Amino acid sequence: SEVRDANAAMLSNYEVYQLLTDLKEKRKEMVKNKHSTGQQNLNTIMYETLKYLSKTPCAHQNPDTVKKFLTSMLPHKLTKAEKLQLLNHRPQTAVEIQLMVEESEERLTEEQIDELIQKVTDVLPGDPQKEADASADPEMETDQ
Amino acid sequence: MFVLVEMVDTVRIPPWSFHRQLNDAIAEELNKKLANKVVYNVGLCICLYDITKLEDSYIFPGDGASHTKVHFRYVVFHPFLDEILVGKIKGCSAEGVHVSLGFFDDIIIPPESLQQPTKFDEAEQVWMWEYETDEGAHDLYMDQGEEIRFRVVDEVFIDTSPSGPSAKKEGPSAAATAPPAGAEDSAQQKEAPYTLIGSVSEPGLGLLSWWNS
Repeated sequence: SEVRDANAAMLSNYEVYQLLTDLKEKRKEMVKNKHSTGQQNLNTIMYETLKYLSKTPCAHQNPDTVKKFLTSMLPHKLTKAEKLQLLNHRPQTAVEIQLMVEESEERLTEEQIDELIQKVTDVLPGDPQKEADASADPEMETDQ
Repeated sequence: MFVLVEMVDTVRIPPWSFHRQLNDAIAEELNKKLANKVVYNVGLCICLYDITKLEDSYIFPGDGASHTKVHFRYVVFHPFLDEILVGKIKGCSAEGVHVSLGFFDDIIIPPESLQQPTKFDEAEQVWMWEYETDEGAHDLYMDQGEEIRFRVVDEVFIDTSPSGPSAKKEGPSAAATAPPAGAEDSAQQKEAPYTLIGSVSEPGLGLLSWWNS
C-alpha cells in the first residue's frame, strides 16, 4: 500500500473510542465473519484499545461536551496539540497543565492556569465512580 | 495519540465474495491487511476510518478475483513528539523502565531519562528514584503494574520486512539501527518495528501515585 498523507488529521481519544464502540456493535451482527482467521488482528487491537481508552476521560465524553470544551478554550490561544492533550487527560493540577502547555510559565499566569483547571473540570465529565468514592470518604481532601 | 492516515491500495476480492457489498468486502480486506500491524514510519494501525474513493474494479487474465484501487483513511496510533501519555509499568531491566498501553507494548524509558538520582536494584530488578527530602532520602520504586505518566521524546521505526537470503543483514535501515559488532546473539531477538522512547524527568511525570495529593 501507498501512504498519501501520514498525518492527515489528529484524532482525539474520544473520536477513536466512539469509532471502535460503533464498529464493535456493527460486528456483533456479523458473527461468522468476525471469527474468521483474518479478523483476529482486528479483534485483538479493538479489544485492547477499547480497554485502554475506557479507563480514560474520553469514555465519559460526548459530542456536546467536546464542542463545549473547544469553545471554552478559545480565549486561551492554545495550539491544537495542547487542546487535544487537555481533552484527552482532563488535568486536575497545575503541574499537569504545565506539562501539556508549552512554555506555560511565559504564556499563562497562575490565575489562568487555575481557570483552565476549573474549565476542564466543569466542562469535561470525570469518572462518576471515582467522584462518588471521593465524596463518600469524609477524610479525603479535594483540590477545589 | 491517534492520527488519520490517507492511503491507497489495490484490494483483491476473490469470486466467492462477489455476492457481498463491495464496500464491506473491501473494508474487511483492508482491516485484515493492516489492523494491529505497524506501517514503517507511520505507526500502529488500529482500524479503517472510511473509504474515500473506489476506482474501477478489474479482473485480470488467469485470476478470477477482482482488483480494485481504493483510497481510504486509517486510524493509526502515532503519538506526536513531546506528547504526554499514561501507561503501566511492564517491568524494569538495565535498559530502563518498560511501559505498556495494552494495545501497544514497546515503550522504553532509558535510565538517563528517569527522575534523578536513580538507581537500579539488581536483586529486585527494579529502578528507583532516590528522592531527597529534609527528612532524608526516600527510595521510590518503579514497580510493575504501576500507572506511569511519561513524555514521548523519540520514536524508532525498524524495517522488519524480510531481507532476502544474504548471510548478514546489512540493509540501509538495519545499518542505521544495527547493534554493535559481536551482538550476533541479539539478532535472534525479535526487534520491535516501532518503539517509543519516553522520559519522566520533569515535575508531574513518573508514577501517578508520586504526584496525587
